[in-house]
Amino acid sequence: MKKGTHLELTIVLCVLAASIFWPLVVNGYWLGIGVDAMMYIALATSWVLFSGPTHYISLASAAFFGVGGFAVGLGMSDYDMSFWSMLIISAVAGTLLAALVGVATLRLSGVYFVIFTLGLAEMIRNLVSWVQNNFLGSRGLYVLTDFNDQHLFWMLLLTTATIYITGWLISRSRLGFALRIIGGDETVAKHVGINTAFAKIILFTTTGLFGAIVGAIIAPRWSYIEPNQVFSPQLSFFVVIMALLGGSGRLWGPIVGVVPFLLIWNWVDANFPSQSILVLGLAFLLIVYFLPRGVLGRLEDLYVKLKKRII
Amino acid sequence: MMGTRLLSIQKVTKTFGGLTAVSDLDFQVNKNEMVGVIGPNGSGKTTVMNMISGAFKPTSGKISMGGKTLSTMPASKISQAGVGRTFQLVKLLGGLNVLENVTAGAVFGYRKRWGSDAEDFAMEMLELVGIEDMASAPIETLTYIDQKRVELARALVAEPKILLLDEWLAGLNPSELTVGIDLIHSLREQGITVLLVEHVMDAIRSLCDRCIVMSSGEKIAEGKPAEVLSDENVIAAYLGGSDA
Repeated sequence: MKKGTHLELTIVLCVLAASIFWPLVVNGYWLGIGVDAMMYIALATSWVLFSGPTHYISLASAAFFGVGGFAVGLGMSDYDMSFWSMLIISAVAGTLLAALVGVATLRLSGVYFVIFTLGLAEMIRNLVSWVQNNFLGSRGLYVLTDFNDQHLFWMLLLTTATIYITGWLISRSRLGFALRIIGGDETVAKHVGINTAFAKIILFTTTGLFGAIVGAIIAPRWSYIEPNQVFSPQLSFFVVIMALLGGSGRLWGPIVGVVPFLLIWNWVDANFPSQSILVLGLAFLLIVYFLPRGVLGRLEDLYVKLKKRII
Repeated sequence: MMGTRLLSIQKVTKTFGGLTAVSDLDFQVNKNEMVGVIGPNGSGKTTVMNMISGAFKPTSGKISMGGKTLSTMPASKISQAGVGRTFQLVKLLGGLNVLENVTAGAVFGYRKRWGSDAEDFAMEMLELVGIEDMASAPIETLTYIDQKRVELARALVAEPKILLLDEWLAGLNPSELTVGIDLIHSLREQGITVLLVEHVMDAIRSLCDRCIVMSSGEKIAEGKPAEVLSDENVIAAYLGGSDA
């Protein structure tokens, strides 16, 4: 992932600022799409924070997202906590979980890391279901708030902006440079003096923190929280596919990837509901095969080609 | 030529499973010295380099530099203590350009620099190794010798106390070799301490103050290159003695 420029920061913040008005000009279906899109942009951007520079593909998004959503449900349903205090607790829980996973996966790389993160998310999902069925009584968890889609959209927008600014600052810091070196060659990274374990854990933890916050914010939308829903592995795959479609080489890649993917997905899901997973698989294949560096990577190649032709 | 002792390897052994790669090795490197480690393939030279830089931990024995025990430190700490290295098979950072590859060595190592300070110094190192024109080129477009130059610059940019060159001259064609040897010569004129593993005997003869000969994980000779290279044991090790 490249170092963020001031131009990029300005453009992205302008786009995000403009989208403040989205909930004011649309409602119903398109507002719903907006909330979905903002949720996935937040998740995919925080995924790119870690996986973009290091090339470690994490399928643990659902674990952090689920922890956030479930914590909000549990706290509000069973302990009479307010949404805001549960939001903070979710963030802490997501951070701790990510730090733990980070420590556990330090020695893993490549496909082992991918499988571990997927297995971990699934394990947490099953564990939470089991605990809920056996100890919490199989009552559902209700999240009843006065928030509507407008509020959720704005909260997610604020989160996305925070993630983006955090990522932009990191990309220009020593830590960001260290991660790019780790992504290039981990042996070299160690030999130029980088504490690779520390750098990876810090960034992975940041991803977990933001994942949990997004999960917590989206919880009021569902009203009824069920582990299989908030820990759905499909979410992890969605995040990866959207980030890859946009291009994980830039922090704003997900913004480019999420919107088209979501629109196509909604169309497929509405018209061919039973074939939708097939389409997801197909999309994965097509993206990896034809757009290995995402839409942005392809655009960059075109730009370079054009520039050469002109010169 | 005795100077101040910089690096010392004491009774170092490394085993991989049942295989003993390095056995009970002892040697020293003094400040401003250029020491060569030679020996047939598989004699444990690269393993020694890897143990000094922290890629592997010795099974037993101690490696120390200026009062610090390196053999218990992770590679990142060893780099920060002032050990720089190149790799036998060039390791560069894909996706980063030439200047960034070199700057990578400047930020976290022995002498830490950041921002334009780091980039300016990286640029100086690129000039030193003679590829300043390629600073913004993608690393993938470089020829083999230029890749080796980038790696050397990346090691030098941290201003290490000791530089480990692992077959830095291997794989170069004759004209590149001359350039390469001259380049290492220029390092020695700057008083940099170098430990080099090499197969190119011309380089050993012209560059090294002293060399250590290894065979089957053991040191079989040590001394001035000319003397060592005419040693019977050494010739036997290279030209088909019992363990070549």
